[in-house]
Amino acid sequence: MNALILTLLIPLLSSVAMAVMGQKKIAGSLNIIVSLAQFIATLFMTSVVFKQGHIGASNGQFYIDSFNVYLIALTALVGLTTSLFSRPYMEQERQNGRLSTNRMRLYHTSYQGFLFTMQLALSTNNLGILWVALEGATLATVLLVSLYRTPEAIEAAWKYFIICGVGIAQALFGTVLIYFAAAQVIPDPEQALLIRVLVEHAAGLHPIIMTIAFVFLLVGYGTKVGLVPMHTWLPDAHSEGPTPMSAVLSGLLLNVALYALVRVKILTDGALANNLSGHSPHLAGYLMMGFGLLSFTVAGYMLHRQRDIKRLFSYSSIEHMGLMTFAFGLGVPLATFGALLHMTVHSLTKSSIFITVGHASHIAQTQKIDNIRGLIATQPSVGWGLLIGTAAIAGFPPFGVFTSEFLLLSATMQTHPWLTIPLLVGLAVAFAGLFRHLHPMVYGEKPAEQTGVQANMWPVIIQLALVLWLGLSIPDFLAQWFDQATQLITGSGLL
Amino acid sequence: MLTQLPFYQQAILTLSAMILFTSFALLAQSRVVSIIHAFAWQGAMVALTTALVAYDTGLHHLYISAFLTLALKALFIPWLLHRLIRRLGLIRELHTVEHPVMTMMIATSLVIFCYYVAQPIEQFSETITRNTIAISMSVILLGMLMLISRNKAVSQVVGFMSLENGLFFAAISATNGMPMVVELGIAFDVLIAAVIFGVFFFHIRDSFDSLDVSQFHRLSESDE
Repeated sequence: MNALILTLLIPLLSSVAMAVMGQKKIAGSLNIIVSLAQFIATLFMTSVVFKQGHIGASNGQFYIDSFNVYLIALTALVGLTTSLFSRPYMEQERQNGRLSTNRMRLYHTSYQGFLFTMQLALSTNNLGILWVALEGATLATVLLVSLYRTPEAIEAAWKYFIICGVGIAQALFGTVLIYFAAAQVIPDPEQALLIRVLVEHAAGLHPIIMTIAFVFLLVGYGTKVGLVPMHTWLPDAHSEGPTPMSAVLSGLLLNVALYALVRVKILTDGALANNLSGHSPHLAGYLMMGFGLLSFTVAGYMLHRQRDIKRLFSYSSIEHMGLMTFAFGLGVPLATFGALLHMTVHSLTKSSIFITVGHASHIAQTQKIDNIRGLIATQPSVGWGLLIGTAAIAGFPPFGVFTSEFLLLSATMQTHPWLTIPLLVGLAVAFAGLFRHLHPMVYGEKPAEQTGVQANMWPVIIQLALVLWLGLSIPDFLAQWFDQATQLITGSGLL
Repeated sequence: MLTQLPFYQQAILTLSAMILFTSFALLAQSRVVSIIHAFAWQGAMVALTTALVAYDTGLHHLYISAFLTLALKALFIPWLLHRLIRRLGLIRELHTVEHPVMTMMIATSLVIFCYYVAQPIEQFSETITRNTIAISMSVILLGMLMLISRNKAVSQVVGFMSLENGLFFAAISATNGMPMVVELGIAFDVLIAAVIFGVFFFHIRDSFDSLDVSQFHRLSESDE
């Protein structure tokens, strides 16, 4: 429990400290140190959860179980590696004259503030606080999107703010409806939004209200997940903001929004299970499958027409989030297990890709795919990093993404065989979309005056090694957590 | 039938009707100052409704919510917007409503749609809740309609905040408010959002020379 408090307090206090102390030279290093401290705190907490199974705190306001514990550790890990990358990267941006020192202060404040909202959203047991934290994540990152103050960045940030703001407002309405339904069965109003309490009473929740609530929550949190057609903010925000922010948005925010969605899906499934309303008990699952498959397909085709490298990989994020949403929607243990694994490996792979992309765009001094050429010839570490990262995200064996996609395809084959066709076509289309752009970027003719940049590839190496490891063998404790989380979500385990 | 309701419930119903009316007023207004005033009135009425519910139910924490709403939605945000448009020199600006008839027709249909959606909830709920839920949903959707139909940043912000009013009203009328921690969190988020919107006005003005967001088309997904 102390570790939990530390996990939340470290980023919160450092965010305030960064804002108060102003821009000092050491802010970048300090950012690394506090991220490291936070990561150590989460490791400590993870070990407690490993021994006890779960942690509850503050009268049930916080609850760590097997579903969120690994996401918390993952969030802290990606936060740490991205902070390692961001120190030299942002310093370079400042020297290039794209940023003033004052904006560096804003950057560091927002970075830690964002990590705080992520950890709060994951560790809270209160649906209302979950909402507050996700809205807080938008607020913490919106000024990061517009950090460069170019007209494009301002436009992207405004779009991000309005679309996510409206989206998340729908989610609040859904939360109010859940509270409304819960007030009929749970006598103590202070307890009526606690996820644990709601799960216990799920069967008693009014099915029609829960259905309406779920639709609002799906649209609301789905906006943050980046589901088509509410995805339009995502490529803009990723391409116009600073690259470390793209890494944490893709690696963390989308995951946490999906986590929120799955939490409410469990409740909706519980309420619809005894089929009093005339709705199919899998209504929530079908809706998620539909939105997921649509996002997956549309994003796969959109990959082909991208001209900006960061937009390219943000569409790839939409594609993968669609795949995960689809998998959670299927609702069978195998698919859910695959989706949980996919959340982990996608987050690790995608944030390492964005780190490499940041270096690549510094080498070529542009984000335009047409002008990025010959990366391997210029700087082998960056070129190979991009190539391997993209191979991993496209689902090549032996990386973890292959394993999770394989599990997912097998599950689809068992439950809805005809849906494997669009899935396989979509994977092939996405694969082609990524590699037609990637090939000239890494192998193409090197422009004459192009030189390498100082790049710290350790974050990329560590994360891709983890993805490789997860592809070859999932450690026992992680498999146990995935299995327990699968039990939590679908009612039966896999192992 | 309505006259058989207790006095407070009648008052709440009247106030919700007036809140819905201010939503329509927001949609139709073209002077930016009037938009802000209409929004302030809406906030004040939501706060008054909250206070009434607090008095009726005896839930004292609702007085805090009512006070927060009054301070934020009826005073602080309108004051902030007023100050900003004065500093940006937009005080006399007209935000013309495009296709006013069309907008009003859509708005009316949205209200009818909300009553249609709220219908099934009636079966097990008290008399006024069905009305207030439908009205709060209407206020939310009308706020979204305002966001879509306007192309000036200030009006969009008002639409967004009015949407937030609808949410708050939904929480008050359906469930006598949310737990206190959640309400404080939401109020904090709204406060930060208002300040960030203010910062954005300056950024947009500096980059685009006006607050007309219809100039935002650099990032469309079209082939160049």
